Amino acid sequence: MDVKDKIKYIFSYKIAGKLLIELNTKKAFKNFKPPKNWRTDILAPPLRTGVYTKEIIAKHYLEGRYVSGVKPVAWVTSGAPIEILKALGFYILYPENHGALCGARKVALEISEEAEKKGYSIDICSYARTDIGATLSKKTPVGKLPKPDLLLCCTNICQTVLYWYRVLAEYYKVPLIVIDTPFVYDEAKKHDIEYVKKQLEASIEVSEKVAGKSLSFSKLKEVVRLSKMAAELWLEIMNANKNKPAPISVFDQFIHMAPIVEKRGDPETVDFYSKMLDEIRERIKNGIGAVKNERKRVLWDNLPIWYKIRFLSEFLAENGVSVVASTYTNAWGELAPMMDIERPIESMAKTYVYPILNRGTGHKLKTMETMVKEFDLDGAILHSDRSCKPYSVGQMDQRLKLLNELGVAALLLEADHNDPRAFADEQIKSRLKAFMEMMD
Amino acid sequence: METVKSIGIDAGSTTLKIVGVNEKGKILFSIVEDADPKVEEQTERVLNKLKENYDIESSKIVATGYGSNLIKADKKVTEITCHAKGIYEYFKTGGTAVDIGGQDNKVILISKNGKVIDFIMNDKCASGTGRFLENTAWRLKIPTEKMAELALNSDGEVKISSTCAVFAESEVISHLSRGQKLEHVIKGLHRAMVKRITSMIYAVGFNPPLMLSGGVAKNKAVVKMLEEELGEKPMIPENPQIMGAFGAALIGLSQ
Repeated sequence: MDVKDKIKYIFSYKIAGKLLIELNTKKAFKNFKPPKNWRTDILAPPLRTGVYTKEIIAKHYLEGRYVSGVKPVAWVTSGAPIEILKALGFYILYPENHGALCGARKVALEISEEAEKKGYSIDICSYARTDIGATLSKKTPVGKLPKPDLLLCCTNICQTVLYWYRVLAEYYKVPLIVIDTPFVYDEAKKHDIEYVKKQLEASIEVSEKVAGKSLSFSKLKEVVRLSKMAAELWLEIMNANKNKPAPISVFDQFIHMAPIVEKRGDPETVDFYSKMLDEIRERIKNGIGAVKNERKRVLWDNLPIWYKIRFLSEFLAENGVSVVASTYTNAWGELAPMMDIERPIESMAKTYVYPILNRGTGHKLKTMETMVKEFDLDGAILHSDRSCKPYSVGQMDQRLKLLNELGVAALLLEADHNDPRAFADEQIKSRLKAFMEMMD
Repeated sequence: METVKSIGIDAGSTTLKIVGVNEKGKILFSIVEDADPKVEEQTERVLNKLKENYDIESSKIVATGYGSNLIKADKKVTEITCHAKGIYEYFKTGGTAVDIGGQDNKVILISKNGKVIDFIMNDKCASGTGRFLENTAWRLKIPTEKMAELALNSDGEVKISSTCAVFAESEVISHLSRGQKLEHVIKGLHRAMVKRITSMIYAVGFNPPLMLSGGVAKNKAVVKMLEEELGEKPMIPENPQIMGAFGAALIGLSQ
């Protein structure tokens, strides 16, 4: 550890940076009011506890600016089993989350063009392009990303990550851990779980070597416990939308899910979701819906369209349509019951084999059908995401089944989660409008 | 001077369609013009001209189509709802309505009582739309209306594999430069377009009868090939291009 790095880290992040962010949060919480151009005529004000989302993310990226040389840094895929790394004291960066942030701030295109200039095809996932572009050009809206000391890639979300992380390993010349998760068609076999468990065990040695210390089993149990607690709270927040009107729209969930992805395993994340759940319960008690005049309730399938969240939220809310459930935000809550604090490695192996993207299309259909019934939905919007083939495959049939078997309106919406060039404004508007007219 | 109860305006990507109906929903006039870039001015000009022959002072106006945002109207409705309404009222039956427009294709499943059950539109790709044929016609310097005649009278057919409106153009040129007959290539072009539409129809699930609207429904080769592909004779209104505007006008009656 470099002493200069450490002093800089302590001063700029631990003392001054954190303090400044916390002061800002306190001020924002106390004088809470919606942003100037917030459509209060059609939407409830943003959640007041949302100021803590900002705080957690701001701290996370601020720490990232000064963390190199102080803590080991790992870059990981969104579905990676991070509990071991967390217990070893790694600073963990999620390139996909950083990509989403670039998308929401509308700079993803500029950054992914940096990758395209170097020959990466526009047919590659727009998260991968944004990340590789940010790596090559150092462009990022968060100031600076810390270089990885270790890469952890888990194939439970797609196969693209395998090639993407090989590019990163080649570029940064750091070890790459691959956790290969067999695809689950129906139920995972015993040997599937065993296979993942063995890989997790083998990864400990590599991670320990990079971290320069040994894994404490009790620490790992604690991380798993906190991870599970946060995921359970997140699930409870999402399930609160079974109430009418729904207190938190899926578009809000897209924003407030950042800590459950990026900071699970931290005690602050548990506290944060606990506070958010209180506010949501308060909303339910007072009959406040995320969309004023909620007339129709629909679900969202697939990744968000990060650069159009505001537009979509308002366009639908203008017609009293509230998006109340989503397979995507659900993915970070549905697996919580599988985590077992007493058997951390084994339960991690099971948990990380079962994400929605590692399961057959029939499972996703079942998830949506359950949502339609439990959340009492009128329709479904299936975002056919050009960048995410594993999520989009099967949607043609899923759409027809929802329509024919459950009788709900269902729309396939062609776009891309991070590449605005794949979003045709007028076409999307006309399809959404026709979808809403169909529900009336 | 006849009183117009409701006017439907369909401001499409290629053409502007305006239809006026009386209180019984009978069509009093219909106008089809190439769309001007400033569709709001064009609409105003057409409406002013109509005032010479019709009383439109108290007419309800319902607008649809990509240009509808700019038009002053009592109500704005999507093309899906308007086409479904127009087609259903015209034929008095549910089924599968297919509208082949300049830039958008729509397949709409209509229930027995006229409700939209499901719809599908081409995504961000103009393959299989009117523009697909128009582009090639322009490139080959053949009037668009002659394309169908050439295809119908062709004794052979060349397979066009590209369904991209832009790439098909170069494919056509390469076939011609290799000595393929013009009419064979044009017939192949029609086939490629019809196959694209057919796959859209199957994507929502074909439920006969097949009812066509949109400018391309006037193309006899497309109609014949659709019948060949689906095994079902399409029903075509007298003026298929105005079905969206007609539907819009009918929606105005209930306002």
